[in-house]
Amino acid sequence: MPEPMIEITNLHKSFGSLQVLRGVNLTVEKGESMTVIGGSGSGKSVLIKHIIGLLFPDRGQVKIAGQVLNNLDEQQLNELRKKFGMLFQMAALFDSLTVWENVGFGLKQHTKLSDREIRALATEKLALVGLKDVEDKMPVDLSGGMRKRVGLARAIAMDAEIILYDEPTTGLDPITADAINDLIVGLRKKLGVTSVAITHDMHSAYKISDRIAMLYKGEIQEIGTPDEIRNTTNPIVKQFITGSAVGPITAD
Amino acid sequence: MTTWLELIGKKTDAFVREMGSVVMFFLQTLRWTASRPFYFRNLLRQMEQIGVNSVPVVLTTAISTGMVLALQSYTGFKRFGAQSLIGAVVSLSMTRELGPVLTGLMVAGRAGASMAAELGTMRVTEQIDALYTMATNPMKYLVVPRFLASTIMMFFLSALGMYIGILGGYFVGVKVLGTNPVTYINQSINNTEVQDIWYGLVKSLVFGAVVGLIGCYKGFNTAGGAEGVGKATTGAVVVSCMLILILDYFLSALLW
Repeated sequence: MPEPMIEITNLHKSFGSLQVLRGVNLTVEKGESMTVIGGSGSGKSVLIKHIIGLLFPDRGQVKIAGQVLNNLDEQQLNELRKKFGMLFQMAALFDSLTVWENVGFGLKQHTKLSDREIRALATEKLALVGLKDVEDKMPVDLSGGMRKRVGLARAIAMDAEIILYDEPTTGLDPITADAINDLIVGLRKKLGVTSVAITHDMHSAYKISDRIAMLYKGEIQEIGTPDEIRNTTNPIVKQFITGSAVGPITAD
Repeated sequence: MTTWLELIGKKTDAFVREMGSVVMFFLQTLRWTASRPFYFRNLLRQMEQIGVNSVPVVLTTAISTGMVLALQSYTGFKRFGAQSLIGAVVSLSMTRELGPVLTGLMVAGRAGASMAAELGTMRVTEQIDALYTMATNPMKYLVVPRFLASTIMMFFLSALGMYIGILGGYFVGVKVLGTNPVTYINQSINNTEVQDIWYGLVKSLVFGAVVGLIGCYKGFNTAGGAEGVGKATTGAVVVSCMLILILDYFLSALLW
Protein backbone atom coordinates (compact mmCIF):
# COMPACT_ATOMS: atom_id res chain seq x y z
CA MET A 1 0.00 0.00 0.00
CA PRO A 2 1.52 3.36 -0.98
CA GLU A 3 2.04 6.03 1.62
CA PRO A 4 -0.93 8.37 2.04
CA MET A 5 -0.49 11.90 0.69
CA ILE A 6 -1.79 13.57 3.83
CA GLU A 7 -1.79 11.97 7.24
CA ILE A 8 -3.08 13.90 10.23
CA THR A 9 -2.67 12.23 13.60
CA ASN A 10 -4.18 13.29 16.92
CA LEU A 11 -4.08 17.00 15.99
CA HIS A 12 -4.75 19.41 18.85
CA LYS A 13 -4.88 23.19 18.55
CA SER A 14 -6.02 25.90 20.96
CA PHE A 15 -6.12 29.67 20.72
CA GLY A 16 -5.82 31.05 24.23
CA SER A 17 -8.38 29.15 26.28
CA LEU A 18 -10.41 28.16 23.21
CA GLN A 19 -9.83 24.55 22.18
CA VAL A 20 -10.48 24.38 18.47
CA LEU A 21 -9.16 20.97 17.44
CA ARG A 22 -9.20 18.13 19.95
CA GLY A 23 -7.54 15.13 18.40
CA VAL A 24 -8.30 15.10 14.68
CA ASN A 25 -7.27 12.00 12.70
CA LEU A 26 -7.60 12.14 8.96
CA THR A 27 -5.87 10.37 6.08
CA VAL A 28 -6.08 11.38 2.44
CA GLU A 29 -4.76 8.99 -0.20
CA LYS A 30 -2.89 10.13 -3.30
CA GLY A 31 -5.35 11.25 -5.96
CA GLU A 32 -8.24 11.26 -3.56
CA SER A 33 -10.73 14.09 -3.13
CA MET A 34 -11.58 14.61 0.53
CA THR A 35 -14.10 17.12 1.76
CA VAL A 36 -14.35 18.23 5.37
CA ILE A 37 -17.80 19.49 6.28
CA GLY A 38 -18.78 21.28 9.45
CA GLY A 39 -20.55 24.35 10.76
CA SER A 40 -19.05 27.78 11.25
CA GLY A 41 -16.59 27.67 14.10
CA SER A 42 -16.17 23.88 13.92
CA GLY A 43 -12.45 24.34 13.23
CA LYS A 44 -12.35 23.34 9.57
CA SER A 45 -10.45 26.48 8.50
CA VAL A 46 -7.95 25.85 11.27
CA LEU A 47 -7.61 22.26 10.06
CA ILE A 48 -6.90 23.19 6.45
CA LYS A 49 -4.35 25.82 7.57
CA HIS A 50 -2.44 23.05 9.36
CA ILE A 51 -2.16 21.05 6.16
CA ILE A 52 -0.14 23.75 4.41
CA GLY A 53 1.79 24.93 7.45
CA LEU A 54 0.08 28.27 8.03
CA LEU A 55 -0.59 26.99 11.54
CA PHE A 56 1.30 24.37 13.54
CA PRO A 57 -0.15 21.80 15.96
CA ASP A 58 0.03 22.13 19.74
CA ARG A 59 0.01 18.35 19.88
CA GLY A 60 -0.12 15.62 17.25
CA GLN A 61 1.36 15.82 13.77
CA VAL A 62 0.69 16.52 10.13
CA LYS A 63 2.56 14.43 7.58
CA ILE A 64 2.63 15.40 3.90
CA ALA A 65 4.04 12.81 1.50
CA GLY A 66 5.96 11.24 4.36
CA GLN A 67 7.39 14.52 5.76
CA VAL A 68 6.34 15.71 9.20
CA LEU A 69 5.47 19.39 8.86
CA ASN A 70 6.44 20.55 12.36
CA ASN A 71 10.05 19.44 11.95
CA LEU A 72 10.80 21.42 8.81
CA ASP A 73 12.83 24.61 8.68
CA GLU A 74 11.73 27.62 6.63
CA GLN A 75 13.41 26.45 3.44
CA GLN A 76 12.15 22.86 3.61
CA LEU A 77 8.69 24.15 4.39
CA ASN A 78 8.78 26.39 1.33
CA GLU A 79 9.91 23.47 -0.84
CA LEU A 80 6.98 21.45 0.47
CA ARG A 81 4.56 24.33 -0.09
CA LYS A 82 5.44 24.34 -3.76
CA LYS A 83 3.59 21.01 -4.00
CA PHE A 84 0.42 22.84 -2.96
CA GLY A 85 -2.09 25.09 -4.58
CA MET A 86 -4.69 26.79 -2.44
CA LEU A 87 -7.95 28.44 -3.38
CA PHE A 88 -8.94 30.90 -0.69
CA GLN A 89 -12.47 31.67 0.38
CA MET A 90 -12.47 35.19 -1.06
CA ALA A 91 -9.85 34.16 -3.65
CA ALA A 92 -7.17 36.36 -1.95
CA LEU A 93 -5.90 37.70 -5.27
CA PHE A 94 -3.14 40.29 -4.93
CA ASP A 95 -4.99 43.46 -5.75
CA SER A 96 -1.91 45.40 -6.78
CA LEU A 97 -1.18 42.91 -9.57
CA THR A 98 -3.03 42.17 -12.81
CA VAL A 99 -4.80 38.86 -13.41
CA TRP A 100 -1.92 37.28 -15.34
CA GLU A 101 0.63 38.46 -12.77
CA ASN A 102 -1.52 36.85 -10.08
CA VAL A 103 -1.74 33.55 -11.93
CA GLY A 104 1.97 33.65 -12.74
CA PHE A 105 3.09 34.79 -9.28
CA GLY A 106 4.54 31.42 -8.23
CA LEU A 107 6.28 31.00 -11.59
CA LYS A 108 7.79 34.47 -11.32
CA GLN A 109 9.10 33.76 -7.82
CA HIS A 110 10.34 30.23 -8.26
CA THR A 111 11.33 29.76 -11.90
CA LYS A 112 13.60 31.62 -14.29
CA LEU A 113 10.93 31.96 -16.99
CA SER A 114 10.63 35.27 -18.82
CA ASP A 115 7.56 37.45 -18.39
CA ARG A 116 6.41 36.50 -21.86
CA GLU A 117 6.59 32.77 -21.07
CA ILE A 118 4.84 33.29 -17.74
CA ARG A 119 2.08 35.23 -19.44
CA ALA A 120 1.61 32.46 -21.99
CA LEU A 121 1.38 29.87 -19.21
CA ALA A 122 -1.06 32.08 -17.31
CA THR A 123 -3.26 32.35 -20.40
CA GLU A 124 -3.20 28.56 -20.68
CA LYS A 125 -4.22 28.07 -17.03
CA LEU A 126 -6.92 30.72 -17.34
CA ALA A 127 -8.33 28.82 -20.33
CA LEU A 128 -8.46 25.69 -18.17
CA VAL A 129 -10.80 27.49 -15.76
CA GLY A 130 -12.87 28.92 -18.60
CA LEU A 131 -11.55 32.48 -18.72
CA LYS A 132 -10.13 34.38 -21.64
CA ASP A 133 -9.14 37.97 -22.41
CA VAL A 134 -8.90 38.89 -18.74
CA GLU A 135 -5.10 38.81 -18.43
CA ASP A 136 -4.65 42.55 -18.09
CA LYS A 137 -7.63 43.24 -15.84
CA MET A 138 -7.16 44.09 -12.19
CA PRO A 139 -8.81 41.80 -9.60
CA VAL A 140 -11.18 44.56 -8.43
CA ASP A 141 -12.74 44.66 -11.91
CA LEU A 142 -13.82 41.00 -11.73
CA SER A 143 -17.03 39.47 -10.41
CA GLY A 144 -16.93 37.09 -7.43
CA GLY A 145 -17.18 34.02 -9.64
CA MET A 146 -14.41 35.22 -11.93
CA ARG A 147 -12.16 35.96 -8.97
CA LYS A 148 -12.61 32.38 -7.78
CA ARG A 149 -11.72 31.12 -11.23
CA VAL A 150 -8.59 33.26 -11.29
CA GLY A 151 -7.77 31.99 -7.80
CA LEU A 152 -8.18 28.47 -9.09
CA ALA A 153 -5.93 29.18 -12.08
CA ARG A 154 -3.33 30.54 -9.65
CA ALA A 155 -3.65 27.42 -7.50
CA ILE A 156 -2.91 25.10 -10.44
CA ALA A 157 -0.30 27.31 -12.12
CA MET A 158 2.67 25.57 -10.49
CA ASP A 159 1.35 22.09 -11.34
CA ALA A 160 0.47 21.39 -7.73
CA GLU A 161 0.09 17.83 -6.46
CA ILE A 162 -2.30 18.83 -3.71
CA ILE A 163 -5.02 21.46 -4.03
CA LEU A 164 -6.73 22.91 -0.99
CA TYR A 165 -10.12 24.54 -1.36
CA ASP A 166 -11.29 26.85 1.41
CA GLU A 167 -15.07 27.08 0.95
CA PRO A 168 -14.93 27.10 -2.85
CA THR A 169 -18.61 27.88 -3.38
CA THR A 170 -19.30 30.24 -0.48
CA GLY A 171 -20.63 33.63 -1.54
CA LEU A 172 -21.51 32.57 -5.08
CA ASP A 173 -24.95 32.24 -6.65
CA PRO A 174 -26.10 28.59 -7.11
CA ILE A 175 -25.32 28.47 -10.81
CA THR A 176 -21.83 29.95 -10.52
CA ALA A 177 -21.25 27.71 -7.51
CA ASP A 178 -22.11 24.65 -9.57
CA ALA A 179 -19.86 25.82 -12.38
CA ILE A 180 -17.03 25.96 -9.82
CA ASN A 181 -17.93 22.43 -8.67
CA ASP A 182 -17.73 21.22 -12.26
CA LEU A 183 -14.35 22.90 -12.62
CA ILE A 184 -13.03 21.22 -9.49
CA VAL A 185 -14.20 17.81 -10.71
CA GLY A 186 -12.88 18.46 -14.23
CA LEU A 187 -9.47 19.66 -13.05
CA ARG A 188 -9.10 16.62 -10.87
CA LYS A 189 -9.81 14.31 -13.79
CA LYS A 190 -7.41 16.22 -16.03
CA LEU A 191 -4.60 16.75 -13.53
CA GLY A 192 -5.02 13.78 -11.19
CA VAL A 193 -4.32 15.87 -8.10
CA THR A 194 -5.07 15.10 -4.48
CA SER A 195 -7.52 17.58 -3.05
CA VAL A 196 -8.91 18.65 0.27
CA ALA A 197 -11.90 20.97 0.43
CA ILE A 198 -13.70 22.46 3.39
CA THR A 199 -17.26 23.53 2.94
CA HIS A 200 -20.69 23.67 4.51
CA ASP A 201 -22.39 23.47 1.14
CA MET A 202 -23.66 19.85 0.98
CA HIS A 203 -24.55 19.99 -2.69
CA SER A 204 -20.94 20.85 -3.45
CA ALA A 205 -19.59 18.24 -1.01
CA TYR A 206 -21.58 15.40 -2.63
CA LYS A 207 -20.49 16.44 -6.07
CA ILE A 208 -16.74 16.92 -5.64
CA SER A 209 -15.80 14.28 -3.05
CA ASP A 210 -14.58 10.71 -2.99
CA ARG A 211 -14.96 10.80 0.77
CA ILE A 212 -16.53 13.26 3.18
CA ALA A 213 -15.48 13.84 6.79
CA MET A 214 -17.67 15.66 9.27
CA LEU A 215 -15.89 17.85 11.82
CA TYR A 216 -17.79 18.83 14.93
CA LYS A 217 -16.47 20.31 18.18
CA GLY A 218 -12.88 19.74 17.10
CA GLU A 219 -13.21 16.05 16.31
CA ILE A 220 -14.05 14.02 13.21
CA GLN A 221 -17.50 12.54 13.75
CA GLU A 222 -17.73 10.34 10.71
CA ILE A 223 -15.87 9.65 7.47
CA GLY A 224 -17.48 8.00 4.47
CA THR A 225 -18.30 8.12 0.80
CA PRO A 226 -21.00 10.58 -0.22
CA ASP A 227 -23.54 7.71 -0.21
CA GLU A 228 -22.52 6.55 3.25
CA ILE A 229 -22.83 10.10 4.53
CA ARG A 230 -26.26 10.50 2.94
CA ASN A 231 -27.49 7.39 4.73
CA THR A 232 -25.76 8.09 8.03
CA THR A 233 -27.24 7.04 11.37
CA ASN A 234 -25.08 9.45 13.36
CA PRO A 235 -27.56 12.06 14.66
CA ILE A 236 -25.02 14.92 14.50
CA VAL A 237 -24.09 14.24 10.88
CA LYS A 238 -27.71 13.63 9.95
CA GLN A 239 -28.76 16.97 11.40
CA PHE A 240 -25.98 18.80 9.58
CA ILE A 241 -26.58 17.32 6.13
CA THR A 242 -30.32 17.86 6.31
CA GLY A 243 -29.79 21.39 7.59
CA SER A 244 -32.14 21.19 10.52
CA ALA A 245 -32.15 23.57 13.47
CA VAL A 246 -33.46 20.81 15.72
CA GLY A 247 -31.06 18.17 17.02
CA PRO A 248 -27.84 17.68 18.96
CA ILE A 249 -26.06 20.61 17.21
CA THR A 250 -27.14 23.97 18.55
CA ALA A 251 -26.52 27.28 16.84
CA ASP A 252 -24.37 29.60 18.92
CA MET B 1 -8.98 50.36 44.59
CA THR B 2 -8.09 46.83 43.49
CA THR B 3 -9.93 47.20 40.20
CA TRP B 4 -8.00 50.37 39.62
CA LEU B 5 -4.69 48.67 40.27
CA GLU B 6 -5.81 45.74 38.15
CA LEU B 7 -6.50 48.07 35.26
CA ILE B 8 -3.05 49.65 35.54
CA GLY B 9 -1.53 46.19 35.72
CA LYS B 10 -3.38 44.98 32.64
CA LYS B 11 -2.51 48.07 30.63
CA THR B 12 1.14 47.82 31.62
CA ASP B 13 1.18 44.14 30.76
CA ALA B 14 -0.37 44.78 27.34
CA PHE B 15 2.04 47.66 26.72
CA VAL B 16 5.15 45.65 27.59
CA ARG B 17 3.96 42.73 25.45
CA GLU B 18 3.38 45.01 22.47
CA MET B 19 6.80 46.60 22.94
CA GLY B 20 8.30 43.13 22.95
CA SER B 21 6.57 42.10 19.76
CA VAL B 22 7.57 45.35 18.01
CA VAL B 23 11.20 44.65 18.92
CA MET B 24 10.86 41.06 17.63
CA PHE B 25 9.32 42.37 14.43
CA PHE B 26 12.20 44.81 14.05
CA LEU B 27 14.83 42.10 14.53
CA GLN B 28 13.05 39.84 12.05
CA THR B 29 12.91 42.67 9.53
CA LEU B 30 16.67 43.19 9.89
CA ARG B 31 17.28 39.47 9.54
CA TRP B 32 15.21 39.21 6.36
CA THR B 33 16.82 42.36 4.97
CA ALA B 34 20.15 40.59 5.11
CA SER B 35 19.04 37.41 3.34
CA ARG B 36 18.22 36.60 -0.27
CA PRO B 37 16.16 36.94 -2.41
CA PHE B 38 15.92 40.71 -2.50
CA TYR B 39 12.84 42.22 -4.10
CA PHE B 40 14.45 45.18 -5.81
CA ARG B 41 11.39 46.09 -7.89
CA ASN B 42 9.24 46.26 -4.78
CA LEU B 43 11.82 48.55 -3.17
CA LEU B 44 11.76 50.96 -6.11
CA ARG B 45 7.99 50.97 -6.14
CA GLN B 46 7.85 51.76 -2.42
CA MET B 47 10.47 54.48 -2.79
CA GLU B 48 8.15 56.11 -5.26
CA GLN B 49 5.06 55.57 -3.10
CA ILE B 50 6.61 56.72 0.16
CA GLY B 51 9.22 59.16 -1.10
CA VAL B 52 8.31 60.79 -4.39
CA ASN B 53 4.60 60.98 -3.64
CA SER B 54 5.30 62.68 -0.28
CA VAL B 55 7.19 65.56 -1.89
CA PRO B 56 4.17 67.93 -2.16
CA VAL B 57 3.21 67.68 1.54
CA VAL B 58 6.80 67.97 2.66
CA LEU B 59 7.33 71.02 0.45
CA THR B 60 4.21 72.73 1.73
CA THR B 61 5.03 72.05 5.37
CA ALA B 62 8.66 73.09 5.05
CA ILE B 63 8.07 76.32 3.16
CA SER B 64 5.29 77.38 5.49
CA THR B 65 7.41 76.59 8.57
CA GLY B 66 10.43 78.49 7.25
CA MET B 67 8.32 81.52 6.41
CA VAL B 68 6.48 81.57 9.72
CA LEU B 69 9.72 81.07 11.60
CA ALA B 70 11.28 84.12 9.94
CA LEU B 71 8.20 86.19 10.55
CA GLN B 72 7.83 85.25 14.21
CA SER B 73 11.48 85.57 15.11
CA TYR B 74 11.56 88.96 13.42
CA THR B 75 8.75 90.18 15.65
CA GLY B 76 10.54 88.90 18.73
CA PHE B 77 14.09 89.84 17.83
CA LYS B 78 13.17 93.37 16.74
CA ARG B 79 12.38 94.14 20.40
CA PHE B 80 16.07 94.01 21.20
CA GLY B 81 17.39 94.93 17.78
CA ALA B 82 18.68 91.49 16.77
CA GLN B 83 16.89 91.20 13.40
CA SER B 84 20.17 90.24 11.74
CA LEU B 85 20.04 86.89 13.54
CA ILE B 86 16.84 85.69 11.84
CA GLY B 87 18.84 83.83 9.22
CA ALA B 88 20.75 81.90 11.87
CA VAL B 89 17.56 81.03 13.76
CA VAL B 90 15.81 79.76 10.65
CA SER B 91 18.70 77.68 9.33
CA LEU B 92 19.60 76.20 12.71
CA SER B 93 16.01 75.29 13.50
CA MET B 94 15.34 73.83 10.10
CA THR B 95 18.47 71.67 9.99
CA ARG B 96 18.72 70.48 13.57
CA GLU B 97 15.08 70.16 14.46
CA LEU B 98 12.17 71.17 12.29
CA GLY B 99 13.28 69.68 8.97
CA PRO B 100 13.53 66.09 10.21
CA VAL B 101 10.73 66.22 12.79
CA LEU B 102 8.08 67.85 10.62
CA THR B 103 9.00 65.68 7.64
CA GLY B 104 8.81 62.64 9.91
CA LEU B 105 5.36 63.60 11.17
CA MET B 106 4.05 64.34 7.68
CA VAL B 107 5.37 61.11 6.22
CA ALA B 108 3.99 59.17 9.20
CA GLY B 109 0.58 60.63 8.47
CA ARG B 110 0.75 59.99 4.76
CA ALA B 111 2.88 56.96 4.05
CA GLY B 112 2.74 55.23 7.46
CA ALA B 113 -1.04 55.28 7.36
CA SER B 114 -1.21 53.94 3.83
CA MET B 115 1.28 51.18 4.62
CA ALA B 116 -0.76 50.04 7.61
CA ALA B 117 -4.01 50.18 5.64
CA GLU B 118 -2.59 48.28 2.66
CA LEU B 119 -0.92 45.52 4.66
CA GLY B 120 -3.92 45.38 6.99
CA THR B 121 -6.26 44.83 4.07
CA MET B 122 -3.93 42.18 2.69
CA ARG B 123 -3.99 40.47 6.08
CA VAL B 124 -7.77 40.41 6.49
CA THR B 125 -8.38 39.32 2.88
CA GLU B 126 -5.86 36.46 3.33
CA GLN B 127 -3.43 37.84 0.75
CA ILE B 128 -0.62 37.50 3.29
CA ASP B 129 -1.56 33.84 3.86
CA ALA B 130 -1.65 33.40 0.10
CA LEU B 131 1.96 34.62 -0.09
CA TYR B 132 3.01 32.00 2.47
CA THR B 133 1.20 29.25 0.56
CA MET B 134 3.08 30.26 -2.58
CA ALA B 135 6.36 29.77 -0.74
CA THR B 136 7.05 33.51 -0.62
CA ASN B 137 7.97 35.10 2.69
CA PRO B 138 5.74 38.16 3.19
CA MET B 139 8.24 39.70 5.62
CA LYS B 140 10.70 39.76 2.77
CA TYR B 141 8.27 40.53 -0.02
CA LEU B 142 6.21 43.21 1.73
CA VAL B 143 7.88 44.45 4.92
CA VAL B 144 11.56 44.74 4.00
CA PRO B 145 11.00 46.94 0.89
CA ARG B 146 8.70 49.28 2.83
CA PHE B 147 11.04 49.52 5.80
CA LEU B 148 14.07 50.27 3.62
CA ALA B 149 12.22 52.67 1.34
CA SER B 150 10.87 54.61 4.29
CA THR B 151 14.32 54.90 5.92
CA ILE B 152 16.10 55.93 2.72
CA MET B 153 13.47 58.34 1.46
CA MET B 154 13.03 60.07 4.82
CA PHE B 155 16.68 61.09 4.54
CA PHE B 156 16.16 62.78 1.19
CA LEU B 157 12.79 64.26 2.09
CA SER B 158 14.29 65.81 5.22
CA ALA B 159 17.19 67.26 3.25
CA LEU B 160 14.66 68.75 0.86
CA GLY B 161 12.58 70.05 3.77
CA MET B 162 15.61 71.76 5.32
CA TYR B 163 16.54 73.41 2.05
CA ILE B 164 13.05 74.60 1.18
CA GLY B 165 12.43 75.82 4.74
CA ILE B 166 15.59 77.90 4.64
CA LEU B 167 14.57 79.33 1.24
CA GLY B 168 11.15 80.22 2.67
CA GLY B 169 12.81 81.94 5.61
CA TYR B 170 15.10 83.90 3.30
CA PHE B 171 12.17 85.00 1.18
CA VAL B 172 10.25 86.38 4.14
CA GLY B 173 13.30 87.74 5.96
CA VAL B 174 14.79 89.54 3.01
CA LYS B 175 12.04 90.17 0.48
CA VAL B 176 9.11 90.77 2.81
CA LEU B 177 10.67 92.19 5.97
CA GLY B 178 13.55 93.89 4.19
CA THR B 179 16.54 92.77 6.25
CA ASN B 180 19.93 92.98 4.58
CA PRO B 181 20.45 89.94 2.31
CA VAL B 182 24.21 89.81 2.83
CA THR B 183 23.92 89.90 6.61
CA TYR B 184 21.12 87.35 6.44
CA ILE B 185 23.20 84.89 4.45
CA ASN B 186 26.40 85.49 6.40
CA GLN B 187 24.66 85.03 9.71
CA SER B 188 23.08 81.81 8.42
CA ILE B 189 26.35 80.37 7.16
CA ASN B 190 28.49 81.46 10.12
CA ASN B 191 26.14 79.97 12.65
CA THR B 192 25.26 76.71 10.90
CA GLU B 193 27.85 74.01 10.63
CA VAL B 194 27.89 71.02 8.34
CA GLN B 195 27.61 68.98 11.51
CA ASP B 196 24.20 70.52 12.20
CA ILE B 197 22.96 69.25 8.87
CA TRP B 198 24.31 65.74 9.45
CA TYR B 199 22.84 65.73 12.88
CA GLY B 200 19.40 66.46 11.42
CA LEU B 201 19.82 63.85 8.73
CA VAL B 202 20.81 61.14 11.21
CA LYS B 203 17.61 61.91 13.08
CA SER B 204 15.66 61.59 9.85
CA LEU B 205 17.05 58.10 9.22
CA VAL B 206 15.81 57.02 12.64
CA PHE B 207 12.38 58.60 12.02
CA GLY B 208 12.18 56.89 8.63
CA ALA B 209 12.90 53.53 10.20
CA VAL B 210 10.24 54.21 12.86
CA VAL B 211 7.56 55.09 10.30
CA GLY B 212 8.33 52.03 8.16
CA LEU B 213 8.56 49.67 11.10
CA ILE B 214 5.39 50.81 12.89
CA GLY B 215 3.35 51.10 9.67
CA CYS B 216 4.28 47.56 8.67
CA TYR B 217 3.94 46.14 12.18
CA LYS B 218 0.45 47.54 12.63
CA GLY B 219 -0.65 46.44 9.17
CA PHE B 220 0.89 43.00 9.42
CA ASN B 221 -0.77 42.29 12.76
CA THR B 222 -4.23 43.52 11.80
CA ALA B 223 -7.16 41.41 12.96
CA GLY B 224 -10.88 41.86 12.69
CA GLY B 225 -12.01 43.00 9.25
CA ALA B 226 -12.61 46.56 8.14
CA GLU B 227 -12.73 47.84 11.70
CA GLY B 228 -9.37 46.23 12.37
CA VAL B 229 -7.86 47.94 9.33
CA GLY B 230 -9.16 51.28 10.62
CA LYS B 231 -7.66 50.66 14.04
CA ALA B 232 -4.33 49.58 12.55
CA THR B 233 -4.17 52.73 10.44
CA THR B 234 -4.93 55.05 13.36
CA GLY B 235 -2.55 53.10 15.56
CA ALA B 236 0.25 53.36 13.03
CA VAL B 237 -0.04 57.15 12.79
CA VAL B 238 -0.43 57.75 16.52
CA VAL B 239 2.34 55.41 17.62
CA SER B 240 4.86 56.54 15.03
CA CYS B 241 4.18 60.24 15.74
CA MET B 242 4.59 59.66 19.48
CA LEU B 243 7.77 57.69 18.94
CA ILE B 244 9.16 60.39 16.67
CA LEU B 245 8.53 63.05 19.31
CA ILE B 246 9.93 60.95 22.15
CA LEU B 247 12.99 59.79 20.21
CA ASP B 248 13.54 63.37 19.05
CA TYR B 249 14.28 64.46 22.60
CA PHE B 250 16.66 61.61 23.30
CA LEU B 251 18.43 61.95 19.96
CA SER B 252 18.82 65.69 20.57
CA ALA B 253 20.31 64.98 24.00
CA LEU B 254 22.56 62.26 22.64
CA LEU B 255 23.78 63.92 19.47
CA TRP B 256 24.78 67.09 21.25
